[in-house]
Amino acid sequence: MIDVAVVSFAQWSAREEPARNEVEILIPVVAEAIERSGIGRKEIGFTVSGSCDYLAGAPFAFVTGLDAVGAWPPIRESHVEMDGAWALYEAWVRLQHGDIDSALVYSFGKSSLGDLPIVLSQQLDPYYQAPLWLDSISAAALQARAWLNAGHDEGEMAEVAARSRRAAKDNPNAVVSGDQSAEALLREPFLVTPLRRHDCPPISDGAVAVVLAAGDRAREVCERPAWIRGIDHRIEAHGLGVRELATSASARLAGERAGVDGVDVAELHAPFSHQEPILRDALGLSNGVDVNPSGGALAANVVMGAGLTRIGEAASRIMDGRAARAVAHATSGPCLQHNLVCVLAGDAT
Amino acid sequence: MAETTEPVTMIDTPIELRYRFTAGLAQSRFLRGVEQGRLLGQRCPQCKKVYVSPRGACAACGVPTDEEVEVSDTGTVTTFCVVNVPFYDQKMEIPYVSATILLDGADIGLMHLIQECPSEDVHMGMRVEAVWKPPEERTPSLESIKYFRPTGEPDADYESYGAHV
Amino acid sequence: MSELCAVVGIGQTHHKSARPDVSIAGLCREAATRALDDAEMTWTDIDAVVIGKAPDMFEGVVMPEIYLADALGAVGKPMMRVHTAGSVGGSTALVAAGLLQGGIHERVLTVAFEKQSEADAMWALSRPMPFAPPTMAGAGGYFSPLIRAYIRRSDAPSNIGILVAVKDRLNALKNPYAHLRLEDISIEKVEESPMLWDPIRYLETCPSSDGACAMVLTSEAIGSRAAKPPAWVLGTAMRSEPTMFAGRDAVNPQAGKDCAADVFAQAGITNPREQIDCIEMYVPFSWYEPMWLENLGFVPDGEGWKMTEKGATALDGELPVNMSGGVLSTNPIGASGMLRFAEAALQVRGQAGEHQVDGARTALGHAYGGGSQFFSMWVVSADKP
Repeated sequence: MIDVAVVSFAQWSAREEPARNEVEILIPVVAEAIERSGIGRKEIGFTVSGSCDYLAGAPFAFVTGLDAVGAWPPIRESHVEMDGAWALYEAWVRLQHGDIDSALVYSFGKSSLGDLPIVLSQQLDPYYQAPLWLDSISAAALQARAWLNAGHDEGEMAEVAARSRRAAKDNPNAVVSGDQSAEALLREPFLVTPLRRHDCPPISDGAVAVVLAAGDRAREVCERPAWIRGIDHRIEAHGLGVRELATSASARLAGERAGVDGVDVAELHAPFSHQEPILRDALGLSNGVDVNPSGGALAANVVMGAGLTRIGEAASRIMDGRAARAVAHATSGPCLQHNLVCVLAGDAT
Repeated sequence: MAETTEPVTMIDTPIELRYRFTAGLAQSRFLRGVEQGRLLGQRCPQCKKVYVSPRGACAACGVPTDEEVEVSDTGTVTTFCVVNVPFYDQKMEIPYVSATILLDGADIGLMHLIQECPSEDVHMGMRVEAVWKPPEERTPSLESIKYFRPTGEPDADYESYGAHV
Repeated sequence: MSELCAVVGIGQTHHKSARPDVSIAGLCREAATRALDDAEMTWTDIDAVVIGKAPDMFEGVVMPEIYLADALGAVGKPMMRVHTAGSVGGSTALVAAGLLQGGIHERVLTVAFEKQSEADAMWALSRPMPFAPPTMAGAGGYFSPLIRAYIRRSDAPSNIGILVAVKDRLNALKNPYAHLRLEDISIEKVEESPMLWDPIRYLETCPSSDGACAMVLTSEAIGSRAAKPPAWVLGTAMRSEPTMFAGRDAVNPQAGKDCAADVFAQAGITNPREQIDCIEMYVPFSWYEPMWLENLGFVPDGEGWKMTEKGATALDGELPVNMSGGVLSTNPIGASGMLRFAEAALQVRGQAGEHQVDGARTALGHAYGGGSQFFSMWVVSADKP
């Protein structure tokens, strides 16, 4: 295996970007990630992005993203219609071939343009479930109910929300932050029982970019590269009634394959508050682990970029020396159906 | 109920999703200009080429373009096609000519319609000019130009547009 | 440093304008099951699944890997979904091959599909965006001006497109899976068909198909022990360039040239005309056969049409192109790129039946997409490097 590290990370997000389109949001984010990487734009060996046409309501929406990259002379470039975390996975695999030593990974999306929970309902089985228009919040609510029934209480959910908001105060890209206590949050009305508004992710527009480098190249350009020590992803059965919603078998399996142990920091892509304890349990994280210091997806949720952002946030804490070993997680599909786990560490570990 | 029934092979599940669209800063500036009867391109600070309609970045250099350059509403046809195929939601009566027009002052072509000309007469190098809607009917859209028509001038020299065909 | 990848199983569906007999999952499984059977493997042998397709709007299912996980035996496994516009079938094969080349997995199932009859692909392709003039008229509206430019540059006679159309449609009659099987195809029939986007006539255009293609790719060790001779992947390459920029040559794109040069270099091909026995290239509109022959470097610029005209690209010619009938005969958009890659592999494994090129040992698979801006290619051979 070739050692691959995250050597830079840039992001921008807001509740709604009224004037700029996706490409205009992406341009400075890609420029910043490249600048910080110390690798010249034209030296990047491979470029891959993650996005979803249905956020913009236009087919081939990812094609204009290429304008932000400067794809001339022609570049090696690919795209997944998935969260950028899977684009990063593709880049990591590509770097294992050994012929190139750097890659640019990016995501962008404006969830504010459409009715996101309704849009995501169309991920469901087109014959039996999609015509029921089960929006993503209601689907998550079903999972939250299953989790509560398994012996948990809504106080835990409120704690996650409160802690995330407090942490988000230090995140300039957070869309939601604040000092409300869990008790105060529990007094809020339900949105879709048992979820309250604060248990759900905020609509966010934005972009995120990460540069990966391999071996010596990473050491040349970065003082403290965030080495990818393990990366794996697994998908579960689609039907909500077919799998156990109160636990995450695929996150557990991916975590075991990636080798999550001894981490100081965890950035978990849990768009709904109850999903954080489900993932903590699946990944076997002890109470000492600092979970979502960025505020996580409850603070900002650039759909198609939130998973890649978790990897960037975890990596940045290794790159600036705040952590020695971290785990980043990304999810896709209703109720944690598909999960990616990435373990990052500094040189010493 | 004794009669046999056919198996279901197809169901109709209409999907309606509503979206807002952001033209973006560069496009908005351009479209406001069109509303005023002006064609405003942007020049790349690196390669110096003028983009119409601008997208806020030079795709080749990957850098933002922000120097505004007004270009003419007269130009040269570089390529074109005669559209004869009907499809859902089509706004034009077929056949119609859709062309790429290199406006004088621009370095990239603009797609629009050619009319007031038999389709068999449209050719590469043909000089054309915009036919605008009257000012009170203009909106921030390229539909403010109804179409382009031949100016009657002699064809442009191949060198002036050859790189674009 | 990259490992060698083998193609040990190939499968595709019977492609038709509509397949109401199967759901989207059923369509994919038909191809995947054939590939697994060909590989003499079962679903449980597979380590990872990589699927690809064109825009989700073509069926109206958002991120279909989510729905298809069960149907494709992916539960508990890694699953990816690639989307690179029209080249996607090819890119998907490359992402799958990449997992073998990177030594990540031992056996990967890759599937590409489109079930266009379940929505309206023409509408999805031509959606007018706000503030733009209503000039778009489908893919043909974009490509026919480029074809017109090629004809002008090369001084090609006007019948070349028709010759390609007849050849590909005759080849399709020898491919039991092909969608369009026009028994009475002839030059006259093509000439008389309606002009859609001058100079492209109806019978010079690709159909809209429901279909899927699948392959089982393995490591070198498993490929060496495979039940049937594998196709060895000697080279893989992808290139992209922006949709538009000043001075762009969209007729003979640099990205296509660079991609071909890269894949040939990897495969040790210094003289493509001699060393490549046959080509499956992405020709959605007839004239793209001579255009891509030039872009790929098989002939000098301006000479591509001569190959077509003298019959060199026929099934029994010196450089057969699109023996399967190509995209002109079968076009489930998301699968079309993978069909090119799979048909190239079928040829070097000697499995192409009636449309087999005798003695084919090394073949090129080619796919492109977007505004002639995304390219993916592979070279496969019966011979290990």
